[in-house]
Amino acid sequence: MLQVTDLHVTVEDKEILKGLTLTINAGEVHAIMGPNGAGKSTLSAVIAGKDGYEVTQGSITFEGKDVLEMEIEERAQAGLLLGFQYPVEIPGVKNIYLLKSALNAQRKARGLEDMPAPEFMKLVKEKLGFMKMDASFLQRAVNEGFSGGEKKRNEILQMLVLQPKLAMLDEIDSGLDIDAMKVVADGVNSLRAEERAILLVTHYQRLLDYIVPDKVHVLVDGRIVKTGDAELAKQLEANGYEGIEESAA
Amino acid sequence: MATEEMEQLVRREYKDGFVTDIESDTLPPGLDEDTIAFISKKKGEPEWMLEWRLDAYRQWLNMKEPSWAHLDYPPIDYQAISYFSAPKRPEDGPQSLDEVDPKLLETYEKLGIPLHERAALAGVAVDAVFDSVSVTTTFKKELSEAGVIFCSISEAIRDYPELIKQYLGTVVPVADNYFAALNSAVFTDGSFVFVPEGVTCPMELSTYFRINAANTGQFERTLIICESRAQVSYLEGCTAPMRDENQLHAAVVELVALDDAYIKYSTVQNWYPGDEDGKGGIYNFVTKRGECRGARSRISWTQVETGSAITWKYPSCVLRGKDSIGEFYSVAVTNGRQQADTGTKMIHIGEGTRSYIVAKGISAGKSDQSYRGLVKIGPRAKGARNFTQCDSLLIGDKCGAHTFPYQEIGNSTATIEHEATTSKIGEDQLFYCRSRGISEEDAVSMIVNGFCKDVFQELPMEFAVEAEALLNVTLEGAVG
Repeated sequence: MLQVTDLHVTVEDKEILKGLTLTINAGEVHAIMGPNGAGKSTLSAVIAGKDGYEVTQGSITFEGKDVLEMEIEERAQAGLLLGFQYPVEIPGVKNIYLLKSALNAQRKARGLEDMPAPEFMKLVKEKLGFMKMDASFLQRAVNEGFSGGEKKRNEILQMLVLQPKLAMLDEIDSGLDIDAMKVVADGVNSLRAEERAILLVTHYQRLLDYIVPDKVHVLVDGRIVKTGDAELAKQLEANGYEGIEESAA
Repeated sequence: MATEEMEQLVRREYKDGFVTDIESDTLPPGLDEDTIAFISKKKGEPEWMLEWRLDAYRQWLNMKEPSWAHLDYPPIDYQAISYFSAPKRPEDGPQSLDEVDPKLLETYEKLGIPLHERAALAGVAVDAVFDSVSVTTTFKKELSEAGVIFCSISEAIRDYPELIKQYLGTVVPVADNYFAALNSAVFTDGSFVFVPEGVTCPMELSTYFRINAANTGQFERTLIICESRAQVSYLEGCTAPMRDENQLHAAVVELVALDDAYIKYSTVQNWYPGDEDGKGGIYNFVTKRGECRGARSRISWTQVETGSAITWKYPSCVLRGKDSIGEFYSVAVTNGRQQADTGTKMIHIGEGTRSYIVAKGISAGKSDQSYRGLVKIGPRAKGARNFTQCDSLLIGDKCGAHTFPYQEIGNSTATIEHEATTSKIGEDQLFYCRSRGISEEDAVSMIVNGFCKDVFQELPMEFAVEAEALLNVTLEGAVG
């Protein structure tokens, strides 16, 4: 589904990713772990198309298409969706309006009509209930005045409504208490499906107790130095990243 | 997003750029006492009105064009302007829509104002001003049954001279400022509204102004009076066809609210802003002022300003009556090389007077925008209160936003609050929306409309929708 090959990325002339290769197949859940500054967030940002990241070498393809040639919105329309570590506030724009616009923009790109309003409301209310969010969320401005936990839930809510093919979640666990973490994890787990892949970027193993990955990659200094299964995350928890770096070196 | 892309997005062509081909009865350029006599005669005015105009003209001759605004434009040659232009028509003028020149109606159609449909469907009475002559007035009958007078100012001068003598020039004196004096001398038409005691006007009143003939100045004069406990909501909307030479517009609007009266005045202004280099746009120098003359009266200005090359405009409230309220809600959008110096004045004279200001400025392209607001609390204005909120949004890095708040406090019991923010349209916000699959244009539109929401919700419902659409056209690509 997603193929990243020998990816080199610089930010403000500093090389952050130094030859990263990663393959994600449909139905898989991957976790990327690594110490701060290793380039974890850079990877998901580059895949989503954030400005300010220069790809100097390598390629990213999604279902055979060259992602780097696509506009930001085209990537989302193709089914790549990024959940933000720090979702931004958009004053005056209702959450429901953003959801509806996003869903219909994606449908339009796939040649579908706008979703009829009653159907849309039914869908949103169902997902809202799943995320244990109050209906008043829909009428509030996007992320404005949301607590850290509310913002993260809102990111997952968008995922549940938009149903991407590849959901990328950037440190979705940061700033969550244990109850919020469970709700978020339930949301992510409900996305698991044959035809869908999930990419988790996280610093802590804790999240992976709730969302058990098929594969864990350790990212150190711009490269994946080790790949394993869920057990690898537990080893990391016990031994830290340094042990891995040494064994990789 | 790269600045270059952003710039490309904000470039757009003016959508209302077309010229209606109608034979004009136009005065050659130039201004002297004969010009004024011609206008007055053409309008069939009484002698006292001519004298009033001439008085204004003589005072204007001794006045200087103001230069304090944060605006840059070449000097205006007032002798190069034609001061009268009226479409030719049968002697008695059209009696109904059927008699109106179909080309005029077509023009309105292009602007999206199908008079008959719109008026009938929306229950809006439209006193349409085409160039300088009022062409048609609808719903006059319904209004007159309610006792409301809604007609052109020229008709009012002929038919209601006592009201005109009593109120005209009492809020904006003839020599109030350079442009007001010029307007007083040469105004050719505009609207007159009178709502008698205790009457709530049964419908929204609306006038669409439009500048059409080349090189003709447009000098509108509007006077709205609400007697005790009367209420009216009035909307003025403007578009103009594309022109090469700058066109001068200097309107005067006067509002008078007596005890417990409420006047809501909303403007959607979309005059031609000039091309990408700023060539050919409208110069808009407007004096708008309302006086809350009676106790507990309330005047509310709401404006959406997207057009004109130069905007010089400060809708103001003189809060004379005890416990009267003045409000100003504004969205000003500048793009290309547009310049706008706009804001409000709240003059607190009476006890317990309150004013509320919400100004939103959006600058894109190479435009420059200033908010200029005065809050003045007089010595007798015990317990007066003001709240001001001024927010600027910048799109790209070649535009400018400035805020000039002035406060003159003559009473220690007054409460004044001022909040101001300036932000760049967040690249993070754009990225967030786009990464959900929303196109860049729609994302900008969404963010800007969100920014303007506080003001849009003050507009009458059907015009709020229009204002959003206009914003989308104006900042096409960059703002929606």
